[in-house]
Amino acid sequence: MTLDLLPPGQSARIVAVHWDRLVDEEARRLRALGLDDGARVTVSHRGVFGTRDPIALAVGRMKVAVRRAHAAAMEIEPL
Amino acid sequence: MSRQRKIALVGNPNAGKSALFNALTGARQKIANYPGVTVERKAGRMVLPSGEPVEMTDLPGSYSLDPTSPDEAVTAKVIRGEFAGESAPDALIVVLDASNLEQHLVFAQEVIALGKPTVVALNMVDLAERDGLVLDPAALEQSLGVKVVPTVAVRRRGLAELTEAVASAELREPVGRINDLSLVERRVAAHAMADAAIISESRQHRLHSQLDKVLLHPWAGPIILFALLFVVFQAVFAWATPFVDALEDGVGLLSQAVVAALPEGLGRDLITEGVLAGVGSVVVFLPQIVILFFFILAMEASGYMARAAFLMDRMMAGVGLSGRSFIPLLSSFACAIPGIMATRSITDPRDRLTTILIAPLMTCSARLPVYAVIIAAFIPQQTVGWGVGLQGLVLFALYVAGILGAMIVALVLRRSLTKGAASGFIMEMPKYQLPNLKDLLIGLWQRAWVFLRRAGTIIFMVTVVLWLLLSFPRAGEGESQVDVSIAGRLAGGLAVVVEPIGFNRDMALALIPAMAAREVAVSSLATTYAVAASDEDEEAQAMALGDQLKARWTLPMALAFLAWFVFAPQCMSTIAVTRRETNGWKWPIFMLAYLFALAYIAAGATYWAAVAAGL
Repeated sequence: MTLDLLPPGQSARIVAVHWDRLVDEEARRLRALGLDDGARVTVSHRGVFGTRDPIALAVGRMKVAVRRAHAAAMEIEPL
Repeated sequence: MSRQRKIALVGNPNAGKSALFNALTGARQKIANYPGVTVERKAGRMVLPSGEPVEMTDLPGSYSLDPTSPDEAVTAKVIRGEFAGESAPDALIVVLDASNLEQHLVFAQEVIALGKPTVVALNMVDLAERDGLVLDPAALEQSLGVKVVPTVAVRRRGLAELTEAVASAELREPVGRINDLSLVERRVAAHAMADAAIISESRQHRLHSQLDKVLLHPWAGPIILFALLFVVFQAVFAWATPFVDALEDGVGLLSQAVVAALPEGLGRDLITEGVLAGVGSVVVFLPQIVILFFFILAMEASGYMARAAFLMDRMMAGVGLSGRSFIPLLSSFACAIPGIMATRSITDPRDRLTTILIAPLMTCSARLPVYAVIIAAFIPQQTVGWGVGLQGLVLFALYVAGILGAMIVALVLRRSLTKGAASGFIMEMPKYQLPNLKDLLIGLWQRAWVFLRRAGTIIFMVTVVLWLLLSFPRAGEGESQVDVSIAGRLAGGLAVVVEPIGFNRDMALALIPAMAAREVAVSSLATTYAVAASDEDEEAQAMALGDQLKARWTLPMALAFLAWFVFAPQCMSTIAVTRRETNGWKWPIFMLAYLFALAYIAAGATYWAAVAAGL
C-alpha cells in the first residue's frame, strides 16, 4: 500500500520510498523533513476539491503538506 | 582597532529565527541582497553585556548544509566563510523549535560540528509547554556539547541569558567526522537526543489540531479563507478612508500655505502644481498599503499563510502552479515588488518564473488611485440591487479581470516558455501562534519606508520633470500651455499610436510619466489639468480632477483607460525588481512586451465595445 491511499486519521510507518520516481530536489526536501524509511506518519488533512490533493501529514510534531504524487512514491505499513 | 565581530543566526525554517532577530536587534535593520544572488541579507546591531557592539545577521532558514535552494546555498557558504565578500561569522546562534527537536536537531548537529563558537536557542518553549512537552535544557546541553538557552523570542524571554552565552561561547575542536555522518545517522542521533531531553510529554496538541480541523476543513476552510480575504479588502478601503482624507486635507492646507507665503511665480507653481499635486496624490495612499501589509504580515506570523497555501494548492495546480505561488500573488495585490521578492520561497525555477511574470497582473495598490479617480468621475453612484453599488462592482470586475488574465497567462506559459514537469508542493506548516505586535510594527515600518522612499525619490523626480516639460517653453498670448509644451508635443506623437484604442492626447500624456509608477498617471493628469486650467478661467481652476475628467473625456474613453491599467506594466520598480530576480534583461523585456500587447488589445476592445453599445 502507498501513502496516498491511507485514510485521514490513520497512522502508518514508511517502509520504502521509491526515490527514483521523485525529482532529486524534492526527494532531498522530503528527506530533510523526515519523510524517509522508518518514519511514522499520520494523514491529518486532505485538500479541497475533487482530487483530494494536497495531503497534510503529521510527522512527529510537525505538519508537512505534500502532493499525492509524493505520497504515492512511499510504501507504507498501516499501524 | 579590531574589526567588529559578527554573529549569525541559523536554523530550520519556522524555528522563529526572524522573531529572535527582531528581539535581539530592534527595529534598526539593514536589508539588502547578498551580492549576485536574490537572497535577502538581514543585518542588525546588538550590544554584548560587555558593551561591545557586534553585527548580527539572520541567515536564511535551512534544513541542511547540503543545499537544495539558493537560500540554503547562501547559508551554507556564509557559515563556512566561503561566500565572497562576506567574512565568516565569529559565533553562531542555532535556533531550534522546542516542540520540533527531533527534526531541528538534524541540522543543528551539522552546524555545531563545524566547531565554531556556538550557542543553541531553544526557542518557542512556551508553545512546547502548551503542547504538553516539558524539556530539560541541561540534558540537551550535555548531548550537544554547547550551551543551550531556552527562549521565547516573540515574548522577548531568555534574551539576556542568550547574549551572555554568546559572549562567552568558545571555539571547540571541529568534530571531524560529523560531516561524513550520513543523514540517517544524524537522524538517529537527533532522535536519541530529543528523547533524552524530554522530561514529560503528553501526546496531544489540542489547540492546533482543533484549529486545523476547522481552518483546513474541505468545505469550511476555503469559505473562511475567502471571508477573511473579503474582510481584508474591505478594511483596505474602509479603514483607510479617514486617514486618506486627513492626508489629502493636509496636502491641501500645505499647498494653501505655500501660496500664501511665496510670491507668485514659477517657483511657487513648481511647488504647488508640481511637487504637492504630484507627490501628494501618491502619498495619500500610504494608509491602504499599511493596512494590507498589516494583514499579510499577521497571517504570516500566525502560521495561517501556510494553511492558505495548502487550501489554494489545488486551484493553483489547475494552472500549473503550486500553493507556494499563492502567497507571492496575494502580496502582489498590495504591490508586485514585495510579491516578486516573495517568489524566492518557490523552489521550482519554472514555477517561480511563471509566478514572477504574472505577478504584475494582480491589481496592486498603485492602480487604486487610477481606478478610484476614474470610477468616481464616470460610474454613477447607484445600486444594482441587494445593496451592491455599481462603483464597487466595477472595481471588483477590474480585480477579477486581472486574476483571470493571470490564470490564462500562467496556463499558456506553463505550456510554452516555462514548460516542464508539473511542480510539486512540499511545505512545512508552522504551529499557530499569536503574532507579536512589535514584530508586526517593525515589518510594517520597513514596508512603509520602502514606499515613502519611492514616493520621495522616483515619483518626486518624475513629477518635477513632468512639470518642467509641461511648463516650457512658455505659451504665448492665446496659446494653450499644454499644447505648446515639450510634453504636449511628445504626447502628440504617442497619441497617434493610442488613438485607435480611443485615447486622447491628455491620456497619452499621462501614460508617459506613468511608466515610472501607475499612480503617477493620476498626479500627471492633475498636473496637466492644473497647468491647463491656469490659462483658463477661475472656475476651471477650482474644478476637482474628477470634474475636469468628466468635462474632457467620454465614458468609452474612461473605460478603455481602466482596461489599459488592468494590464499595462507601468511600473519601473517592478521591471527593475524582475531584472534583479531573474538575473538578466530577457524576462523583464518579455514581461513588458506581453503586458503592453494585452493592455493595447484590452483597451481597444473595451473602447469599441462601449462605443458600439452606445455608452
